[in-house]
Amino acid sequence: MRFYGTEIASRLMLGTAQYPSPAVLAEAFRRSGAGIATVSVRREAGGEKAGAAFWDLVRELGVSLLPNTAGCHSVREAVTTAQMARELFGTSWIKLEVIGHTDTLQPDPFALVEAARILTEEGFQVFPYTTEDVVLADRLLNAGCEVLMPWGAPIGTGLGLTNIYGLRTLRAQFPDVPMVVDAGLGLPSQAAMAMEMGYDAVLLNTAVAKAGDPAAMAEGFARAVEAGRLAFEADPMEPRDMAAPSTPVIGKAFLS
Amino acid sequence: MQIMVNGSPTDVAAATLAAVLDELGYGGATVATAVNEAFVPATRRNLALSPGDRLEIVAPRQGG
Repeated sequence: MRFYGTEIASRLMLGTAQYPSPAVLAEAFRRSGAGIATVSVRREAGGEKAGAAFWDLVRELGVSLLPNTAGCHSVREAVTTAQMARELFGTSWIKLEVIGHTDTLQPDPFALVEAARILTEEGFQVFPYTTEDVVLADRLLNAGCEVLMPWGAPIGTGLGLTNIYGLRTLRAQFPDVPMVVDAGLGLPSQAAMAMEMGYDAVLLNTAVAKAGDPAAMAEGFARAVEAGRLAFEADPMEPRDMAAPSTPVIGKAFLS
Repeated sequence: MQIMVNGSPTDVAAATLAAVLDELGYGGATVATAVNEAFVPATRRNLALSPGDRLEIVAPRQGG
């Protein structure tokens, strides 16, 4: 799997927020096998040095970093945040979030496209957090995005894939575009379903960080992602309405 | 002069961004900056600040 020409070994991407401790975070990453970690930038007080401590922690994970623009509600805010993130983390990758609705954390589609265009022109490699809307996806691709990250459900809800039809349609419309189901996953089975549908990867955070045993849940997601991908590659059978015996009928003993 | 630092009114003696960062205890810290909502790269911290400027100072943090 490649994102902007970079080969990524794992199809599971994991966030770094909300873990009970740095040690639990590190153990969750180890058992997840995740190849990409999402990170953010936030205000720091003078002499605080919290940023340096976190920076040391994520570097030791040995994964690629994907900074986000979480919490941004305008084009300018997102662009400035991305510029600061690029300098801090030394990567042109940016998970672009431009939030349009406070309760659902749904992206603002108009601002998202505009910010994606500006950032692409500035040399960023944009991973847009988007919806399953195919028209919006087309606009984002035209703006220069080479990866799409549709939500499964609103961030932090754990509801899973709330619009399977929409996600299937999006996948089918752009079969060659790397796509990640980002946000809303709560259980490994939901991640497996996304992978079975042909999504290239999943990105999650809360489902692992807020589990009673984050490291075990991380491994559960890793196995589900692998299982789902294998199923997709194996070309699943078509479902049918009527039963069809799997055991041969011919040769059955006549006993009545 | 008084400027806004991460949303709080702050009195500083220094006149440039680099000097203000030193004065406020950010010397050597892993931070990025924006002034009046515009990114200021580390290579341009000789920027002169004016009273009322809005300075944002951010660092790496956990994210989803």
